Amino acid sequence: MLQFDEMMGANGQPRVAYQNLSQWLNSVDAQWLSSRREQAELLFRRIGITFAVYGSQEATERLIPFDVLPRIISRNEWERLERGLIQRVTALNLFLKDIYGDGQIIKAGIIPADLIYRNPGFCSEMFGRRPPHDVYVHISGVDIVRTDDQNFYVLEDNARTPSGVSYMLENREVMMRLFPELFSLHRVAPIEDYPNELLATLRSVSPPHAAGEPVIALMTPGQYNSAFYEHSFLADKLGIELVEGRDLFVRDDIVYMRTTEGPRRVDVIYRRIDDDFLDPLVFRADSALGVAGLMGAYQAGNVTLANAVGTGVADDKATYTYMPEIIRFYLGEAPILLNVPTYRCREADALTYVLEHLSELVVKEVNGSGGYGMLVGPHASKAQIEEFRLKLRANPDNFIAQPTLALSTCPISVAQGIAPRHVDLRPFVLHGAKNVRVVPGGLTRVAMTENSLVVNSSQGGGTKDTWVIDDVLTEIRPTIS
Amino acid sequence: MHIHIQHETTYRYSTPAKHSFQHLRMTPRNFDGQHIVNWRLDMNIEGRLKETEDSFGNILHHMSAEGPISSIKILAEGDIITFNTNGIITGLAEKIPNILYLRDTQLTRIQPELIDFTYNATRNEVNDLNKCHSLLSSIHDCMLFDNNATTVTTTAYESFSNKKGVCQDFAHIFLTCARFLNIPARYVSGYYVRNDIDRQTAGHAWAEAYIPDLGWIGFDPAHGISPNERYVRLATALDYNGAAPIKGTIVGGLGEDMNISIHIFSPQDPKDTHQLLIQ
Repeated sequence: MLQFDEMMGANGQPRVAYQNLSQWLNSVDAQWLSSRREQAELLFRRIGITFAVYGSQEATERLIPFDVLPRIISRNEWERLERGLIQRVTALNLFLKDIYGDGQIIKAGIIPADLIYRNPGFCSEMFGRRPPHDVYVHISGVDIVRTDDQNFYVLEDNARTPSGVSYMLENREVMMRLFPELFSLHRVAPIEDYPNELLATLRSVSPPHAAGEPVIALMTPGQYNSAFYEHSFLADKLGIELVEGRDLFVRDDIVYMRTTEGPRRVDVIYRRIDDDFLDPLVFRADSALGVAGLMGAYQAGNVTLANAVGTGVADDKATYTYMPEIIRFYLGEAPILLNVPTYRCREADALTYVLEHLSELVVKEVNGSGGYGMLVGPHASKAQIEEFRLKLRANPDNFIAQPTLALSTCPISVAQGIAPRHVDLRPFVLHGAKNVRVVPGGLTRVAMTENSLVVNSSQGGGTKDTWVIDDVLTEIRPTIS
Repeated sequence: MHIHIQHETTYRYSTPAKHSFQHLRMTPRNFDGQHIVNWRLDMNIEGRLKETEDSFGNILHHMSAEGPISSIKILAEGDIITFNTNGIITGLAEKIPNILYLRDTQLTRIQPELIDFTYNATRNEVNDLNKCHSLLSSIHDCMLFDNNATTVTTTAYESFSNKKGVCQDFAHIFLTCARFLNIPARYVSGYYVRNDIDRQTAGHAWAEAYIPDLGWIGFDPAHGISPNERYVRLATALDYNGAAPIKGTIVGGLGEDMNISIHIFSPQDPKDTHQLLIQ
């Protein structure tokens, strides 16, 4: 499989967007770059940005590996990505509004009813309800990969409580400190505005009673959550309260938070806690993380939850396979971003094909996330493949399979110099009451081991700063003597 | 049948609670098989009751009260006239698509043993109605009614494995098996008028299944019959968790002691029934 490298063209010359970086790389020595790598690690340790890995015994808090070379996307490419993202998230939102209402897409025979109504991510409690401003997916983190100079594929839509945006912001800050000269060679689109954009989005969706100055809080499951750092980081950047369930209470369908000056009404909750834990009266009764009565307040229209309850049905892997149809149905447009061709193992023909081609395919659990419960055929041992064969036969509905894409690579800095590694991109899309926007950039995740395709941070993946650049500004002039 | 119900639930706390928040699904709705003559919901302390409707179409009250609360008594009381409809539910506004009642839940998850049981119980039947009747009698026959074998968190599989349980366990097993057969099925909470005693310490529970051309039909595996005029239908959901008459949380409050007393009887004087109907 020929891999597309984002920096080097097939002719061995750097692509236009990477020309400055490539020349700059030639001008710096490996030892110096190495020392910058160490500095970067030091900075991240000082910031305290860590990530908890579930199921790993030795270290619950881990530093995510960071690569110091920026991943570059040209303005042209970005504009197409942006249009594609806005299109996709707009369609996702209309889809959710529809399936929790009339179900036109089901009546039209485009998606089977049982795939929606029996989906574990579908929330019966939301049926027939409308969240403020009909917005469901306020924040999404769409995972994208590219395979060549033309094509971008969406891997996952992450419409529940996507994380990673704090890394996007911190990576940029660290890069600006370490490589000011590199920034002066490029016109890099700023991403620092993300917290303001997020705040504006959250304000725009406040319930009608709080149209002026809504009180907004970020609700976290607490410090043992893997993304707690991000929760506190964002609350701080947005200037809103960071609360846990025990800091909130509901009286007469109104949500209050306890403050030192007494109870204060809360209008919008940016919740980073799963549906199941929101309200023990409605969902898991054993949840100590939620707030009794929160769903009642939500259903009465007295508080906005972002994201809305029940968005899991939209980022489910079985629903994913219908995304092109979903976009056409609600928007009457051809999808700008591609979907990876997907075999739905619930269909007999597809299952037969998948069982015969396990060594070539990536098999995923329909409701899994974070790279858990997944088989990467080309890199799996015989035993792993056989294990998955049994799982597939036992419960085919629970799986989908996709061909392994020839993911693009980007250069990373390694001990020996520069080496290509596979990457993906998670841009963050904000859907407010009036518009949908994307901060130019995102979180680039990189598989730190050679040839690996798994970029998830829970599986040892790293991150990079992502630059959307306007055009090549300054050429590095060779010193002529 | 004229049925009078007086359902009292009392909570006592050895250390008073600061706040109590309850969801009450204790208000029956009219349908062709039952006519609510009068009904009231009340509590013995200062607090608020707000009526809403849940997504399944049940009348849901949010009850909240401020402490210190050392005891709360919640009372649901009223008169209902019931008619035997042979278990068929008509005259009820259905709120959600039938197919949604194929969802499994934590309490009604299918397991290989339950698949075998379903298969054995229904293999000679071709239509859904007969399959449901076979399930009804098979569950009734193989399960032993035992008040002490299970709790509100016992799953269908657990009670089935022990072959013991109460009406809600029987209902959960029925739901699990029916859904496995692709028959939409829902949990029903309500009341049952017994012949022997008129004071009960628990409500009743059974199941309803959706049969094409007939609609929703009740099946009570605890008694092995379809509901008749002795049944009062209160709330429905995917399982007990969604239809429980009372679900609540308290803040503070230790040493909770709960007591349920349901006085349910049929005033036999036909004149009474007539009087009630013309009210």
